[in-house]
Amino acid sequence: MFAFANPKRFMDASSAFLPWLVVATVLTLGAGVVLGFLAPPDYQQGDTVKLMFLHVPAAWSAMMVYGLLALTSLFSLVWRHPLSDVAAKAAAPLGAMFTVLGLITGALWGRPMWGAYWVWDARLTSFLLLLFIYLGYIALWSAVEDEVRAARAAAILALLGAVNLPVIEFSVDWWNTLHQGESIARAGGPRISAVFLWPLALSALGYTLLFFTLWTVRIRTEILERRARSILLGGAA
Amino acid sequence: MSQFFAMGGYGAFIWPAYGVSALLLGATVAVTVRAYRKARAQLAVLEKP
Repeated sequence: MFAFANPKRFMDASSAFLPWLVVATVLTLGAGVVLGFLAPPDYQQGDTVKLMFLHVPAAWSAMMVYGLLALTSLFSLVWRHPLSDVAAKAAAPLGAMFTVLGLITGALWGRPMWGAYWVWDARLTSFLLLLFIYLGYIALWSAVEDEVRAARAAAILALLGAVNLPVIEFSVDWWNTLHQGESIARAGGPRISAVFLWPLALSALGYTLLFFTLWTVRIRTEILERRARSILLGGAA
Repeated sequence: MSQFFAMGGYGAFIWPAYGVSALLLGATVAVTVRAYRKARAQLAVLEKP
């Protein structure tokens, strides 16, 4: 973990593993999308079951990314390491994108299945809140000019916002929601048929690997930009 | 063929979901790669002796 937490070493290591990450992303995402598209219609939901392979991976990624954002923010607050700031900052727009995708695909699934694009139920509302937390986090970074202070303020916001994660996760148990409950990671095994489970697992893995690929590239971008900025500042002094 | 596009009557929800997903993910990849290339090019200019 700490061997990685050095910009120079990160650049070297990531240039070595990035090509493999891209290949793994393309393979899993491709397989997940194709298998999901070819999955047979569900006996209750018909062809809308295809939406599961778009909605669940996006929503899962949105939450996983926030978890990583909170974790890297914690590292940045406790150890003050600049790379963890960079990592947290680089993750946020990707997380916001997955959240938007989860909301849109969810709405397009909700309309035919529930009769409404949107309902103010606990799962949907807490997930919408996740989007606002992401946007607030991004806004805070751009609002504070000093990089070190911006990083600290953003990290604190990220940790406060982390309270929402268990709320999203358990909202379907704590409240009476229209959104269905957990059907994958539950005691007694997944409650969906294998013909749907495999495409779903591959899609979720594909989205996850896509995130890690983009995250790596965004961290590299930020490191290069900071290096350029310090050269410019050094030249001006 | 039209049966394929109809998706059992749910085509109006399924196709847009695929479209939005492809669009958002594709745009994110494009923006990310472009920003990386730009940063690399800018640094190359600055580091030139």
